[in-house]
Amino acid sequence: MDVMLRLSGVSHAYVGPAGALLAVDGLNLDVATGEFVSLVGPSGCGKTTILNLMAGLIRPSRGRVEIAGEAVTGPDPRIGYMLQQDYLFPWRNIRDNALIGFEIAGERSPEAERRIDRLLAEFGLAGTARRYPHELSGGMRQRAALVRTLAREPEVLLLDEPFSSLDLLIRLQLEDLVWETVRRRGVTAVLVTHDLEEAAAMSDRVVILEASPGRIRSVLDVPASIRTRLPSEARWDPDFGPLFQRLRSLIREPEGGNAGHAG
Amino acid sequence: MPDRRDTGWMRELERRYRAKAARVSLLVGILQAVLLAAFLVLWEAAVRYGWLDELLFSHPTKIARTLADLAASGTLLPHVMTTVIETTAGFVLGTLGGTLLAALLWWFPVAARVLDPYLVVLNSLPKVALGPIFIVGFGPGYLAIIMTAVAVTIIITTLTIYGRFREIDANYLKVVRLFGGTRWQVFRLAVLPASLPTIVSALKVNVGLSWVGVIVGEFLTAKRGLGYLIIYGFQVFNFTLVLSSLIVIGVVAALMYGLVSLVEARMSPGYRVR
Repeated sequence: MDVMLRLSGVSHAYVGPAGALLAVDGLNLDVATGEFVSLVGPSGCGKTTILNLMAGLIRPSRGRVEIAGEAVTGPDPRIGYMLQQDYLFPWRNIRDNALIGFEIAGERSPEAERRIDRLLAEFGLAGTARRYPHELSGGMRQRAALVRTLAREPEVLLLDEPFSSLDLLIRLQLEDLVWETVRRRGVTAVLVTHDLEEAAAMSDRVVILEASPGRIRSVLDVPASIRTRLPSEARWDPDFGPLFQRLRSLIREPEGGNAGHAG
Repeated sequence: MPDRRDTGWMRELERRYRAKAARVSLLVGILQAVLLAAFLVLWEAAVRYGWLDELLFSHPTKIARTLADLAASGTLLPHVMTTVIETTAGFVLGTLGGTLLAALLWWFPVAARVLDPYLVVLNSLPKVALGPIFIVGFGPGYLAIIMTAVAVTIIITTLTIYGRFREIDANYLKVVRLFGGTRWQVFRLAVLPASLPTIVSALKVNVGLSWVGVIVGEFLTAKRGLGYLIIYGFQVFNFTLVLSSLIVIGVVAALMYGLVSLVEARMSPGYRVR
């Protein structure tokens, strides 16, 4: 199997006036090309730190982050990142927001604009190109943010709780949309979430982290019957209930001597 | 979107709402006019009946006559134009300069920390006190007056806009960085546009501050301008002239403020801060 993302011995400490705080401790993780991996865990388990490391926004204090065998040293066009909220620029219309990746790379062109228009249409946003973010609903805005992320065809998609600010129904729709998009394009995806159901329904593999400092507690493979179904349908699969229970028990498991300090 | 299924009674509601709004607007307008008229009449009467000193307070008809004479002889317009140009130069340069300084502070965080106490001191200093230094430094004339206005506006503008730069949600900056944006691109694509409303409102505040700088500057050194007219009136004990100039300043300053508000409304279509 091809490894797209590799974290080897990655530790990261934030240093501030109060001293150094260990956020991630000795993380080893391989994500195969085209694989969908979820990271779940309590708050303070360094989920966002791990994504920032993968995205090249921060350099690990120890260890190495690789994409397709090369060290990640900074933001990389092969990596797309979706934030918890859309963070579309309110002073740009939807089309100009989606074009920002091209603009930053100095590659804005009629061809790029056509591609964005096609993508917007594909994600049901055809009529909104000239609208401003505040005129759109939360779900539409998050779809526009997805177009912005996919515009330059990243090979890896990092998802930082991108559905957490949405209503349940919209969230389910977007889960399906992202899942389909990722599968169809063969994109490698890493989803950070605190929603165990979401993690189980969307991914091939769920990584359970423990908090302060973040380290891997266990890894759970999702059965094929669930992996191959849309997230909204996977929830009705007979294997889903047991998988969810398993996940829940793994996350609740006391952490030996450390249990008293957790959370 | 309004529901158009049964529009009869809804249109009646709309009509009544509009009629009421129009009545309130009319009432406000009438009250404003009455207030002005009452003030003028009271002023006139108070001086004529000797309740107020005519030398000091003059009276509206005398002021109107003075203004008419000044306008007819063609001496008013040059004074007005001089002051308007100086004031405009003052608030535009003050706002641009303040924005530029704020950008430099953002770019060099260490400089921002080093300069912080100096900016605080400069901000609390009454800048018009620098007027004499400007007159010697730039020569008695327009430049010294404009510099006084810039001095009044630039520090507070720098502090306000730099404060705005720093409070922008870091996730907007993250969006640009994720696409490999440079520091300059972060500034140009996220920081500056996110601060535009603050810059425009600084421009509005600076209109008022710039008037203070220019009038004081003209007190000190000018040979022309509304501030000069006030000082001249004071020197020859012609308080009618002083009050006339004051009224012209009020009217022109209000017009200028209105114009800048108009620019503000035009500048950012569709813009809403989340």
